[in-house]
Amino acid sequence: MDKDKKKIITAYGLLLISLFCMLYGIVRGEPDTVLRKAIHICLECIGIG
Amino acid sequence: MIGKGIKRKLIQLASFGFCNSHINGFAEGKIYDGKLKTLCCPGMNCYSCPAATLSCPVGAMQAVAGSRKFNFSFYVVGILLAFGVMFGRAICGYICPFGLIQELFAKIPLRKFHLPKWLTYLKYVLLAVFVVLLPVVMPLFSSASGGVGDPAFCKYICPVGTLEGSIPLMSSHEELRSVAGSLFILKASILVITIIACIFIHRFFCKALCPLGAIYGLLNKISFLRLKIDTKKCTSCGTCSHVCPMDVNPLKYPDSAECIRCGRCVDKCPEKAIHIGIKHTDRSS
Repeated sequence: MDKDKKKIITAYGLLLISLFCMLYGIVRGEPDTVLRKAIHICLECIGIG
Repeated sequence: MIGKGIKRKLIQLASFGFCNSHINGFAEGKIYDGKLKTLCCPGMNCYSCPAATLSCPVGAMQAVAGSRKFNFSFYVVGILLAFGVMFGRAICGYICPFGLIQELFAKIPLRKFHLPKWLTYLKYVLLAVFVVLLPVVMPLFSSASGGVGDPAFCKYICPVGTLEGSIPLMSSHEELRSVAGSLFILKASILVITIIACIFIHRFFCKALCPLGAIYGLLNKISFLRLKIDTKKCTSCGTCSHVCPMDVNPLKYPDSAECIRCGRCVDKCPEKAIHIGIKHTDRSS
């Protein structure tokens, strides 16, 4: 198998894994944690946390 | 006809505008608190910037990993992996809001320098230590944390947060200014060093410090969007490596982790031997 084909297969494999990761994260409620952090002023980000 | 460079700038401006469309946040001194912030911007853009409408992926990754409930963010890693596999570091070149800011600093007409190659590895160390390890490990050694890890990269390093979050918020909040201490001095110093470095070194932050650039750089080798070199047309004149702002030799390393797919080599190649595209099987090298 040539190098380019290997790269394409790896890319599609990783894309599939990324979709599973996103779905799994959504199912276990990670977006709520992201939102909770993002809608309050992040004291660490601005250097006083 | 609009040149590739202008097209890229227009895409960068559109992305910057979309990620920072809550403009009245500056006047109100408040940050956007809508549901859109559940989504992550694929580039560096602090979610404590009053104008930010999306979350910063680096901050979000640390927030989830450092929370009581989780110690790894599948959601954010999934988003970054998907963007990285599709576009690689083209995200840095076209979408990242802080990338655009750095390019504006580089417009200051002073002599430009190359960054020593070994410093480009620093971003991988920062990613591993400050983004992945410390938010999870710190609560184990500190009972005062209550099981919640600090977003170490945001807290100790990120100049994006200082520029986009600290300065606008502190200028409108007396109470924030009054509690700023040594940590703020550290972060402000890093910001000043970064800005000065960006004036003299093209995209210094991207090259040396950005953990997102490290992630996308690792995926550059297999991303769908890639550089293609037509070796039949190429005369090895060296123009491409000479004009590359990221110090890459596209002929030798078209999949380099540093290439942000800005297309400068494509524009300047006298033989039109370089292309950016998604069909990688038709490469003639």
